[in-house]
Amino acid sequence: VRLICTTTAVQRKNAGASGPEKYTEAFIKKQIEEFNLGKRHLANMMGEDPETFTQEDIDRAIAYLFPSGLFDKQARPMMKHPNEVFPEQRKIQWGEDGRPFHFLFYTGKQSYYSLMHETYEKFLNVQKHQDQLIAQGLPLQKEKRNLAGSRWLTKIELEEMLLEKLSDDDYSRFIQLLQKLAALPCADVEENYIQKFSKEVPVQLQKVVIEPLQYDEQGVAFSTGEGKRKTARATAVVYDNGTGKITVNGTDILHHFPVLQDREQLLFPFQFLGRIGKHDMVCTVSGGGRSAQAGAIRLASAKALRSFVTEKEVEFMRQAGLLTVDPRVKERKKPGQEGPRRKFTWKKR
Amino acid sequence: QLDRGCALHTAARGGLSSVSTQDVPAERPRAVFHTSESDPAKHTEQHEGRLYNIPLEEVKAVFPHGLPYRFQQQIQTFNEARVMVRRPALELLAYLKGSNLAHPAVRYVIYGERGTGKTMTLCHVVHYCSRQGWLVLHIPDAHLWVKNCKELLQSSYNKHRLDQPLQASVWLKNFKTSNERFLQEIKTQKKYMWGKRESTEEGRPLGEVVEQGLARVRSASDAVGVVLREVKQQSHRGSFRLLVAVDGVNALWGQTTLRKEDKSPVSPEELTLVHNLRKMVRNDWSGGAIVTTLSQTGSLFKPSSAYTPHELLGKEGFDALDPFVPIPVANYSPREFESCYGYYLERKWLQHEKARTEDGKAELQFLSGSNPRQLDRLAGPL
Repeated sequence: VRLICTTTAVQRKNAGASGPEKYTEAFIKKQIEEFNLGKRHLANMMGEDPETFTQEDIDRAIAYLFPSGLFDKQARPMMKHPNEVFPEQRKIQWGEDGRPFHFLFYTGKQSYYSLMHETYEKFLNVQKHQDQLIAQGLPLQKEKRNLAGSRWLTKIELEEMLLEKLSDDDYSRFIQLLQKLAALPCADVEENYIQKFSKEVPVQLQKVVIEPLQYDEQGVAFSTGEGKRKTARATAVVYDNGTGKITVNGTDILHHFPVLQDREQLLFPFQFLGRIGKHDMVCTVSGGGRSAQAGAIRLASAKALRSFVTEKEVEFMRQAGLLTVDPRVKERKKPGQEGPRRKFTWKKR
Repeated sequence: QLDRGCALHTAARGGLSSVSTQDVPAERPRAVFHTSESDPAKHTEQHEGRLYNIPLEEVKAVFPHGLPYRFQQQIQTFNEARVMVRRPALELLAYLKGSNLAHPAVRYVIYGERGTGKTMTLCHVVHYCSRQGWLVLHIPDAHLWVKNCKELLQSSYNKHRLDQPLQASVWLKNFKTSNERFLQEIKTQKKYMWGKRESTEEGRPLGEVVEQGLARVRSASDAVGVVLREVKQQSHRGSFRLLVAVDGVNALWGQTTLRKEDKSPVSPEELTLVHNLRKMVRNDWSGGAIVTTLSQTGSLFKPSSAYTPHELLGKEGFDALDPFVPIPVANYSPREFESCYGYYLERKWLQHEKARTEDGKAELQFLSGSNPRQLDRLAGPL
């Protein structure tokens, strides 16, 4: 199954754990010095105070001095602190005599095993604390951590933290251990430790606010909605107490949409709600072609009708697909092909 | 059963007496949207929105040409001809009833958007006039005369003009079917020469001119011209009343798609038929009325959104037809829509189960925009 939308955290490849040092420490130090000097020069050039020149100011200055029309932000010219530019790497793990510093070096995955040991230590700690509390009285069950709003670190993020490669099996074992730790009743003692390995998931569901009905001079209720499809943009104003008359850009619906298919598209929201002859509609539409304009008006009218209708029916409309913006647009033509998918005629010789 | 077929012929001239035919009482009572009033003379506002029946023999006699094609198909399917009584038609009939025949002929122009029922209104009026005993000069579609003509002959009468034998002969044939009795009664006033040997003497019935035109196709257009002139002169004298019904009158002043042999375009004046028809439509005669319809569907070189007289007639046509009484025809009102829908339902034309529900009706109304033509086309596949 191909993931369509992924967060940037998942997409970023881990560069830190690959191979020994590529840049020496002295090199990094020199880069930092050059960066600071460059920062002061830039501040001078822009006429601002070098002491209080923040990273945001640097970004703005660079964007001003080197304007670029490239779409990918990573491809544009940038000036950042070397620590952000050069990825973290593992320093050399053994001394001059060849003896490694860490006691778990010869396991091969020293940071992973040391992490597992640490976590298990905390686990035993919590159990001891729990036993103590049981001995004294009832164990305190403080509020459970809200696991719904947070997620554990992904494998790539963990690899970045540890600066060494992990296997899927290792990762899953670590996560299981963390979950066991967090599930204990007295896990609040090690709350800080656990929080190092969890992240907040931004609340993605945005509650769409349904606008209330507005009333015009005669007291007739109306509401507006906007819709788009391909390149067409439409706005619709739906009035109550109507006869089912529809005006598009000042002309009658029959004039603007001589094709039956377009008129059926316009009919759909009203028919779905069973309110065909009850509302009047005045809409404006521009751009796109005949079918795109019809789809745009359909979306706009469905959005406008939300204000007239109960929440349950809004949910029905959403499930029927009346309220979703159609994401399909014209696919780009690729070089070496005649169209987005069509290849040139293949000639054998 | 009263004599339906003879109703046309026995109607007295110069009076409003007309025989009203009633439906046979043994039939089960028709629904609300039908009316048993078969005579257009008796149609009033209370009949508005209802459909009345024209007996099939009358249809063949009165409308050999002139009904829209789809309506003819509907007649064949339903085995009856039902025409809806609508307000523009009632208005026109009221004007005609109250018109003073001593005055010059009044011109009425029926206009409206596409598919709103202009031709049907015209047919309603033609039916009324034929019931009343008028001589009806019905040109089904003037656009047919200015486009798609295979043969163009140079006119023998006037060298600058061009003849259209085929169209003229077709029209003469239909004219003969619709106005048989007048052809015997009207006598020619002048002697007409058709070429070197044939001629029609003065005082011969007009039927002979028509026969001449049908027999000698080459002189058919001239025969048409003769018929028109005679009819105009005699109605001026008041011996009978004349109705000139032209559908698609904007063709007379537009452009043509015909070309002469040297590929130069033909303008409408150069066609004999158009020239004579223009003379008819001028209001320099009295004793009748001129009812015309504008039509965009057959018109040449006009945008599809044009429907007002000014746009479709152009400056020349507007000046020629001015002054006229404009009669706008609109889409169905809710009542008319209901009666049309009910009629389709009753004749089992709408077979879809959903079409019988209220929702289905609302859907049909929305999708057709209450336009008669759209409704007809929508109801077809259902």
